[in-house]
Amino acid sequence: MNYSQFLNMIPEATLMLALVLVFFADFALYKSERKTFVLGVLTGALLLCQLVPCFLAEPATAFGGMYVSSPIVNVMKTILTLGTFIVVVMSQKWMASNTKLSGEFYMLVLSTLLGMYMMMSAGHFLLFFLGLEMASVPMACLVAFDRYKKKSAEAAAKYILTATFSSGVMLYGISFLYGAVGTLYFDDMAASIELTPLTIMGMVFFFSGLGFKISLVPFHFWTADTYEGAPTPITGYLSVVSKGAATLTLAIILMHVFGRLVEYWEPLLWIVIMLTITVGNLFAIRQTELKRFMAFSSISQAGYIMLAVIGNSAQSLTALTFYVLVYVAANMAVFTVISAVEESNGGRTDMAAYNGLYATNPKLSLLMTLALFSLAGIPPFAGMFSKFFVFMAAVGGHESAPFWPYFVVFIALINTVVSLYYYLLIVKAMYITKTEEPLPTFKNGAAINWSLAICTIGILLFGVCSCIYEWIDKAAVAL
Amino acid sequence: MNILSLFVLIPALMLLGLWVARNVNQVRGVMVTGSSLLLVLSIWLCYFFVSERSAGNTDEMLLVASTPWFEPLNIAYSVGVDGISVVMLLLSSIIVFTGTFASWQLKPMTKEYFLWFTLLSTGVYGFFICTDMFTMFMFYEVALIPMYLLIGVWGSGRKEYSAMKLTLMLMGGSALLILGILGIYYFSGHTTMNVNEIAAMHNIDPDIQNVFFPFIFIGFGVLGALFPFHTWSPDGHASAPTAVSMLHAGVLMKLGGYGCFRIAMYLLPDAAQDLSWIFLILTTISVVYGALSACVQTDLKYINAYSSVSHCGLVLFALLMMSQTAVTGAILQMLSHGLMTALFFALIGMIYGRTHTRDIRELAGLMKIMPFLAVGYVIAGLANLGLPGFSGFIAEMTIFVGSFGAKPLAGDPDTSFRMVATIIACMSIVVTAVYILRVVGKILYGEVENKHYLELTDATWDERFAVVCLIFCVAGLGVCPFLFSDMISPAAGNILRSIGVM
Repeated sequence: MNYSQFLNMIPEATLMLALVLVFFADFALYKSERKTFVLGVLTGALLLCQLVPCFLAEPATAFGGMYVSSPIVNVMKTILTLGTFIVVVMSQKWMASNTKLSGEFYMLVLSTLLGMYMMMSAGHFLLFFLGLEMASVPMACLVAFDRYKKKSAEAAAKYILTATFSSGVMLYGISFLYGAVGTLYFDDMAASIELTPLTIMGMVFFFSGLGFKISLVPFHFWTADTYEGAPTPITGYLSVVSKGAATLTLAIILMHVFGRLVEYWEPLLWIVIMLTITVGNLFAIRQTELKRFMAFSSISQAGYIMLAVIGNSAQSLTALTFYVLVYVAANMAVFTVISAVEESNGGRTDMAAYNGLYATNPKLSLLMTLALFSLAGIPPFAGMFSKFFVFMAAVGGHESAPFWPYFVVFIALINTVVSLYYYLLIVKAMYITKTEEPLPTFKNGAAINWSLAICTIGILLFGVCSCIYEWIDKAAVAL
Repeated sequence: MNILSLFVLIPALMLLGLWVARNVNQVRGVMVTGSSLLLVLSIWLCYFFVSERSAGNTDEMLLVASTPWFEPLNIAYSVGVDGISVVMLLLSSIIVFTGTFASWQLKPMTKEYFLWFTLLSTGVYGFFICTDMFTMFMFYEVALIPMYLLIGVWGSGRKEYSAMKLTLMLMGGSALLILGILGIYYFSGHTTMNVNEIAAMHNIDPDIQNVFFPFIFIGFGVLGALFPFHTWSPDGHASAPTAVSMLHAGVLMKLGGYGCFRIAMYLLPDAAQDLSWIFLILTTISVVYGALSACVQTDLKYINAYSSVSHCGLVLFALLMMSQTAVTGAILQMLSHGLMTALFFALIGMIYGRTHTRDIRELAGLMKIMPFLAVGYVIAGLANLGLPGFSGFIAEMTIFVGSFGAKPLAGDPDTSFRMVATIIACMSIVVTAVYILRVVGKILYGEVENKHYLELTDATWDERFAVVCLIFCVAGLGVCPFLFSDMISPAAGNILRSIGVM
């Protein structure tokens, strides 16, 4: 075996190294008072360093095509590493009350990230599956991290049950595909896949399996409970990073591996997307618990992310990746604010807690407003750019049958108005609703402020600075 | 750097200045400096434009510049102005300038109020200078969203309901717009987003045009108070604080008409000719229905909001007639309505600030108590009902003359339909006189019924200043309309030639 192949996997290798470093640091600081803080800083710093190999990584393959790292995957790795960094920063305040297990927390976060790397760079269904499991099993531990809260345990149980079930469904689909085509390599399968009932079934099972991970409707039932019960930083992690990895992988597999079956998966995708966006939005309207609310909002956002894929072109991958980038900034900002309010006010996450927040915490409310506007797609914040580009990608690339993509985009557009309504409900609570007892003014602490600052810079600049879009586009075209 | 970019840069700097301002006086200082700079800039632009034109420069657009923005998607930051955008920029800066003075005493959260107010005006200016569909759309949305907070936080009455209704309806309109823009971009060969280049290519299949025209026309029409999508307007205007009503009726609603003309009709010319009859019916309903509704309202702001529906309907009505005279009239009407309505809302705000009611049944004899405001109100009313010498007369006269003599179109070869529509729309003039004179007679003259009102004071200096500025503009446009129509008419002609009706 040629061990130099490992050198082609530099982002994975460095992340592995970081994991080991954190592990030993945890040992070394066994009795230290400042263990949590030091480990947090160390993990954050390592993740920042991790951005460099991800950003600079060259396209490469290893192990005979098992591992394929294309430019767009490297871009996504960079984005997700940034997202994970924000999660680590924002979790500082919450970790302060969980000092005993802080080492485990950071290691679990890093290993899920490693799993996502593997999943995205897979060139073979086995490596893909391995990565997926590696991303979801530690995630269940993270969801259960608030050990003394019933809700957290419930959330973890729901998460792990759906995760294993969906893995089973997906494996079933993969075995069909293997039976029909005789290979599990992406390239070989793309070249020799034929239209038979078996491959269609395999594809649909596979799609459903990943649909669970991305929480597309009708596979979304676990989402709200899990998001509500999980610790807030982990909810952010689930809704952004984990979702970003899964959507890009699904997009690449659909467009590349199932490229020949495009007439079959496109209608499937149209229907699933319309359902996802609409159902997510309609359920979000009625929520009064902010984390559940964000769960449904993120279901509908997942629909928008996948919307780009129906364009089936390089532009789709660009739009998808760009959307995830902007989504990282905006959603993380919202979860940081939720976490700040929660930690300073005895765990309140209901919407009533936000009544009159502007009067007592103007800066925090303003940043929350910017983030919500970005999620709703209001310019000049980044969200409008990403939404517009997704719509552009979705209707592009259809010279022959233009009607359906336009219809799907139309439904998505109508839904942006609905989503604006419920995002404005929070803005209204903060600015307009009068209340006798608004939350008192509180201090956020440095970590929360840093996290908010990074997110806000992202919200303001990712859209307006076109170089970021062009960077992603260059990578997507090179695929 | 292109001089037009200053129209976006100055508001952006104002936002920055407001952000760091420490007290109310600094906030006011920033606002006055910024808005006067913009006013000077737009007056200079008018002067520059006229002198270029008289020097023989016949380019369709002046001060053209383009910087690629999102290159893979052919999105560019392109700017350029023709006669129509120049007068619209002038209108916007007058309204922003006077709006600043009209909200001089506003409390609480003065700083935040002006932040959103300036963000809104950034969007308005940006929309008028840009010639790239994406950039225009972006500025369009920038102009819409601050409305929610401006009405929701600083408004009165059913402000939460109105703010939400207004925002959602306008955003619904812009959702339609996105679809239309995507359609135009892809079916014109996805090579450019520049409005002028797409119009020059003229290569969209007529059937496709017919599909996308309603999306864009209704999308902008919502903001232009097109029947039956006008219902946000009365509620929104009634709940908004004074300066926001001014800006909204005065400028924002013009974005709708401008967009209908510049994007919907200019880029989808065949559809504009084929489908104009449908929208003519709707706009005729707007004109008459708006005027009749104004007659039965008892809230001063509702009366003016419905009057706005009627007058903005007239703008779209004239644009759809597609004759040079009518379109020139439409743009003059935008100017005239913008100034008159701003004046009206400013005066109503000032009266309301003293009496704390806008119900005309409770007001009487104000002429004795606050003569300055009352005289202002009479002038605004007379201008609104089309007294010669004021802007309303000029605009409406041009519109009706142009519409009655409109030439046959491809989709509507018989002009009798449009003559009938013109005659029906003309009836609104009479109805306008009814509701204006009813209000003037009721609230300004007669005995003072509520004795508390006798202690009220007349206008303060900042209020007087705003009112005088606006009256000066309304009368100026009425006395010297040629200053503007000479700029507008050739620009309208260019676009109509491109549509193929001249």
